Amino acid sequence: MKERMINMKDVNLKKTLLVIAAKINGKRINMKAVNLKKTLLIITATVTLASHAVAQTSVRIGGLATLDGPFVVLGQEAFRAMELAFEEANYMAGGKKIEWIKESSDGRPDIALAKARKLIEQDKVDVLIGPMSGGEGLSIKEYAKSVPAKTFVNGFSAAQETTLVSPSPNFFRFSPDGAQWQAGLGSYVYDAKGYRNVAVVSGDYSFGYTQVLGFMTEFCAKGGKVREKIWAPNGTKDFSSAIARIPDKVDAVYVMLGGADAVNFLTQYDQSGAKAPLIGGSNLLDQTVLSGKGPFRNRLVGIPSAHMVADGIEDAKYQNYVAKYKKRFPDALSAPSAPFFGYYIATKAVIEAMGQVAGDLGGDQAKFRSALAKVKLDTPAGSVSLDENRQSIANNYVTEVAQRADGVLYNKVVKVVPAVNQTLNQPRDAFVARGVPSRDNPSCP
Amino acid sequence: MAEERHVITTQWARRSLAALALLAYPHLVPEFWVVSIGAHAFVLGIIALSMTFLAAYGGMISLAQMATAGVAGYTLAIFSAHAANTGASLPDWPWAVLAALCAGTAAGLLIGAIAVRSRGIYMLMSTLAISMILFYFTQQNTEVFHGFDGFRGVTIPSVAGESLRGPLATYHLCLAAGVALYALVGYLAKTPFGLAIQGIRDDPQRMASLGYCVALHQVMAFGVAGFIAAVGGVLSLWYNGGISPGSIGITATVNILIVAVIGGLGHPRGAFVGAVAFVLLQNFAVDLVGSDRFNTLIGFVFLFIVMASPDGVTGLWQRLRHRSAKVKAGGIVTQRL
Repeated sequence: MKERMINMKDVNLKKTLLVIAAKINGKRINMKAVNLKKTLLIITATVTLASHAVAQTSVRIGGLATLDGPFVVLGQEAFRAMELAFEEANYMAGGKKIEWIKESSDGRPDIALAKARKLIEQDKVDVLIGPMSGGEGLSIKEYAKSVPAKTFVNGFSAAQETTLVSPSPNFFRFSPDGAQWQAGLGSYVYDAKGYRNVAVVSGDYSFGYTQVLGFMTEFCAKGGKVREKIWAPNGTKDFSSAIARIPDKVDAVYVMLGGADAVNFLTQYDQSGAKAPLIGGSNLLDQTVLSGKGPFRNRLVGIPSAHMVADGIEDAKYQNYVAKYKKRFPDALSAPSAPFFGYYIATKAVIEAMGQVAGDLGGDQAKFRSALAKVKLDTPAGSVSLDENRQSIANNYVTEVAQRADGVLYNKVVKVVPAVNQTLNQPRDAFVARGVPSRDNPSCP
Repeated sequence: MAEERHVITTQWARRSLAALALLAYPHLVPEFWVVSIGAHAFVLGIIALSMTFLAAYGGMISLAQMATAGVAGYTLAIFSAHAANTGASLPDWPWAVLAALCAGTAAGLLIGAIAVRSRGIYMLMSTLAISMILFYFTQQNTEVFHGFDGFRGVTIPSVAGESLRGPLATYHLCLAAGVALYALVGYLAKTPFGLAIQGIRDDPQRMASLGYCVALHQVMAFGVAGFIAAVGGVLSLWYNGGISPGSIGITATVNILIVAVIGGLGHPRGAFVGAVAFVLLQNFAVDLVGSDRFNTLIGFVFLFIVMASPDGVTGLWQRLRHRSAKVKAGGIVTQRL
């Protein structure tokens, strides 16, 4: 029937074109133009048909992660997480079949925005899970405001402003932000380690500022002093000038660097013969660094750090989660990573809320969204709920690097901070009034 | 005489058909195709047009066009209201846009003044170096350029009560800008200035001996290209809602080069043809081969276009037409490469 309609239209168009062409040229009929039009028409028809062919018995969930650029490994983890969560639900949510559409960004906000637009507008997803990094998150949140009938669930991005400053009513974040990831660390190093004066070396971007704020909020409140803050651009290879600027009389150096930057810093710090012990930001001591082979390895044991999840959690539920990961993805990492956890709980939350409303996405998803805002997740790392800005309230884990009997390094849990909220359990107004994290905020020299 | 009139009529008929198609387009397709394909292709096409203009008429390949667009984008972002308000926003957005266009044009002139001292591969390298200087500068300067994070949540202005953010408004704005700049380039090519530039492209020594100041003309051409890129930069800022060093980095710079090359550097229309091809590939390669290998497909398609036709898609089209015309005439088809 559709085929027929296209043909009919085509004939009419052909006729019209023939008349026009005859009038213009006076003689020759431009067959090529007709063919081109035909092709274009068929393409348009196909596109229109495809975009309306959304069956009502299914729910479309879009996944946005980074399979390109510097965060490729994290992107693979994200899609593994979604896959595992879907498989556990047999690809069913609230009685509807789950259709999963994946898109890849490269970590740049512009690209993430373009891909989110494609998922929402072209692939017609109902719910979008992602993105991976802070800048991408800010740009997706802004976009979310322009499509209020769709629901966005953050994957792993952790910039504080995303949900703290002018949040979007349809943007949900079940993973804590970068400042929450540092809860407990400041008071731990002050009380247990006895550090009073520290220097900060951090990546020079919003995630770095956010983490430093998370650390300093507690550390400075205890009476600790941050003598010097050294900001290194992402991708710095040579840290010698940064290391030279670390004051002599500090008790420790807080380092917020990740990936290759972390390895470069640790190697050069070790070579410089500096004595001050280190404190780690959330990304400093992930498995890629802990399994590194450099001489700095000897200095890693005992470095304190903090994150929303830790491979040293002894709880049976967490161990069960690790075992599931290893069984399903034998060729992947040695243990599920933090982004895996972020995307996993986001996907779980969506499936849970879909179940509660029995798959009802009507009324511009209003019912689904109010269910999602009230979801209480029982995750492998403790229970997670949302605040009034739809931002996660969750446990945080302070860890210290330790060595297992077989020589493998891991992050041993030394302290659990229960139910950390976005304002680090301080009064909301006072916390917001201090402004967004930056190079100079906070400050306690 | 009659022949000439005939050619002109066909040309106008073709143009009005194209205009009709472009105006009807947003009403025939879903929203995604209006904004993310249509408007996006125009934004990329305009920036690529500035490169194609320099290449086609001036014989100069500049890799600083994305950076020039970035200067305009950053200027507008600084003078607009945005998420991390630093208080420099101008109350009337047209002034901010004017400042952005002036800054972009000035950047084009400045880059030109440096670049025209070299030619060929050396000009390519020096303009690339300028791009990278700007990239690292914006990434490391936090006071004015907000470092790695750049500007987010830039306010998009409204005209007569309608926000320029809406899909139709975005499309029509980009379409109007694209058509106007395309016409500008076509007009400039026929002015004494445009003819002098083409003369310099073909034989700078002869033009110099005729009394033309070669360097000045080339710098002016860079200025024109800077203006075109600046318009692209303004539209790009509104389209993306922000700008960060990643928007003007090496990947973005090379993307513009790819757009210009696959479209064809020989004619201004190549920029837009290339942009459409690029945007379609970027969006739909994932659907064809899955999310793991889509970059490989994009690479193969570009490789194929460049190998099959050194002058891009537009060149390919013309060659096919040439060939079929010869077949129809019963002549012998000669292989041309």
